[in-house]
Amino acid sequence: MQIEEHIERPPIITAPLSLRADDVPVIRIEPSSGWVSLKLRELWEYRELLYFLVWRDIKVRYKQTVLGAAWAIIQPFFTMVVFSVFFGKLAKIPSDGIPYPIFSYAALVPWTFFANGLKQASTGLVTHAGLIKKVYFPRLAIPIARVLAGIVDFVLAFIVLLGMMLAYGIVPTVNVLWLPLFLLLALVTSLGTALWLTAMNVQFRDVGYIVPFITQFWMYATPIAYPSSLLPEPWRTLYGVNPMVGVVEGFRWALLSTDTAPGPILVVSSLAALVLLIGGAFYFRRMEKTFADVV
Amino acid sequence: MSDIAIRVESLSKQYHIGKKQEKYKTLRDTLTDALISPFRRAGKLLRGQATGAAELDETIWALKDISFEVKRGEVVGIIGRNGAGKSTLLKILSRITEPTEGYAEIHGRVGSLLEVGTGFHQELTGRENIYLNGAILGMKRAEIERKFDEIVAFSEVEKFIDTPVKHYSSGMYLRLAFAVAAHLEPEILLVDEVLAVGDAAFQKKCIGKMGNVAQEGRTVLFVSHNMGAITQLCGRALWLEEGRLKLTGASSDVVASYLSAGTEGYATWKPSSAPPDNIEVQLKSARLLSVDNQPTTIIDYDSQFKVEIGYEVIDPVRNLSIVYRLVDSMGNIVFESMDTDSTDWNGRIRERGQHLSVCKIPGSLLKPGRYQLSILSFIDQVKIIEYREGVLAFDVSEVGYRLTPRRLGVVTPVLEWEVK
Repeated sequence: MQIEEHIERPPIITAPLSLRADDVPVIRIEPSSGWVSLKLRELWEYRELLYFLVWRDIKVRYKQTVLGAAWAIIQPFFTMVVFSVFFGKLAKIPSDGIPYPIFSYAALVPWTFFANGLKQASTGLVTHAGLIKKVYFPRLAIPIARVLAGIVDFVLAFIVLLGMMLAYGIVPTVNVLWLPLFLLLALVTSLGTALWLTAMNVQFRDVGYIVPFITQFWMYATPIAYPSSLLPEPWRTLYGVNPMVGVVEGFRWALLSTDTAPGPILVVSSLAALVLLIGGAFYFRRMEKTFADVV
Repeated sequence: MSDIAIRVESLSKQYHIGKKQEKYKTLRDTLTDALISPFRRAGKLLRGQATGAAELDETIWALKDISFEVKRGEVVGIIGRNGAGKSTLLKILSRITEPTEGYAEIHGRVGSLLEVGTGFHQELTGRENIYLNGAILGMKRAEIERKFDEIVAFSEVEKFIDTPVKHYSSGMYLRLAFAVAAHLEPEILLVDEVLAVGDAAFQKKCIGKMGNVAQEGRTVLFVSHNMGAITQLCGRALWLEEGRLKLTGASSDVVASYLSAGTEGYATWKPSSAPPDNIEVQLKSARLLSVDNQPTTIIDYDSQFKVEIGYEVIDPVRNLSIVYRLVDSMGNIVFESMDTDSTDWNGRIRERGQHLSVCKIPGSLLKPGRYQLSILSFIDQVKIIEYREGVLAFDVSEVGYRLTPRRLGVVTPVLEWEVK
């Protein structure tokens, strides 16, 4: 197609914006295909947006609820009460020599963080469809922000855990320094799973139904109501393929000094979580170009 | 080379419509599709119709082979009818969606403004939303802090800045949203029709602000239906039609030819492109007729007129409806009407062959101004068979208009009143 170029520009007053030509970043926009890079540097450049998205999620999370942030505690706490009555008292499930309530609550705190993060992040793209259709930013920021926002709830539930430890007279050892690592493992697992699911959710809304199902199933496959010491080796180590096993056993070991030092389990769990995260991130980026068109 | 801000080279964007247009599918649909479609495809091949998977999925080119350059500091307007590809072009340049073919090069930081108030949250206060929205539009925190007072002053909502925006009136909400956007300072600014918000006074303020932006030497790409704003703000304009670049040049020239092309109107329409294969019903013609059955493009405000749609039923189907959609010059859908609304054709099967559906539109209803008419055929609850956008264009004149001028609202009906 021939286009005549006869341009008459109105006089322009030059602005303070006069950057030299070589300072100007050049972006090339073209069709991509197949697997694309993660663009982590760009994600880093958008860290302020990430911060604001996290901040917004936290701010609005309990708006218009009566109990507000108490929900962050109610959920794991009452699950613990039910578990203690049925599994601890009635079914007499062993708890590695620790009072059953704190045994299960120490697992429920990271579990709730994981499960809520998964739920929030896997629906993130659809919830933020308006943003995706109107503004450019690295889409990875959305699930990441949704998982990170859950840390506030985690802290609240964790304070209750500390209170319970005090009540039971449990003093943590120096192992407690490992705790952030176990939290990170829970975060990576949550995000890694969510990346797969949220990218699929854009195309297939079935994911909305799958998430509660997966979470429930996963909970029974994780030693929350029971100890992993029920399994003989080598099955116990292999059990770590479920990264939440490493998280839960790690929390118990670091806080309650159970003798289940999670060495080999932790290695298996960390590897599994990393595979989940890296695979999820690449799958997410591959699907990303379709988001704005189909969401 | 260095004075180029945007270079676009044979840019094209294809969208999938038709079967895959559903907003989302369920896994079950995809699985059954996966099972069945190989057979369907094989069957088609045997009948010698299709050659690949592509035929199963209807596509349209929202943009086709667009090439242009924008120099640094230039303010360029983009005009065209609805569906001409203007918004798609801005979406590609803002990297929201990818092109299907071709490429674009952007030299400099881009800020795009495709909507005001993107990411605003009802529960947050005005202050909080300024920070959030600023970050979403790509401003740094320090930058927002520096401009905060200026933004608040521009929006005229100082008193309510710490009130959640859900308590704002829609005018206040828009003013705040635009104020944030107006203080973006990227080297290249992409703007989509956002000036069409708020009351007249605020619109004037917005256009003034855009003028300042332009004078500061920033590069601006500006989509609008407001021809006045285009000629006033832009040195050059691009006219898109059906995804192609129809004309480019000095904005006054392009706007003039766009408007003069418009005043002819389109009283009749015949499909220029062949209808897709294997469809049950083909739209064959559309006409706008005056009361005495003459094709017309200018209709008096107070006189009745008719829309006549011709189509051929190839494969008789149940629940077929022929529909037209009326869009005004601001892009508002005035209404949609279906030939099954008031006839007893609902649920009946139309015989194979040529048909005409005619609709009478009463006088003293449409506001004087320009309108476009799109037609479509669809099967109720099942699918849209064919959709033709903007096939007719016409003007409703002021002849016979006896209401007060500049009446608000999309339509200006004369209704029955009783005063007791």
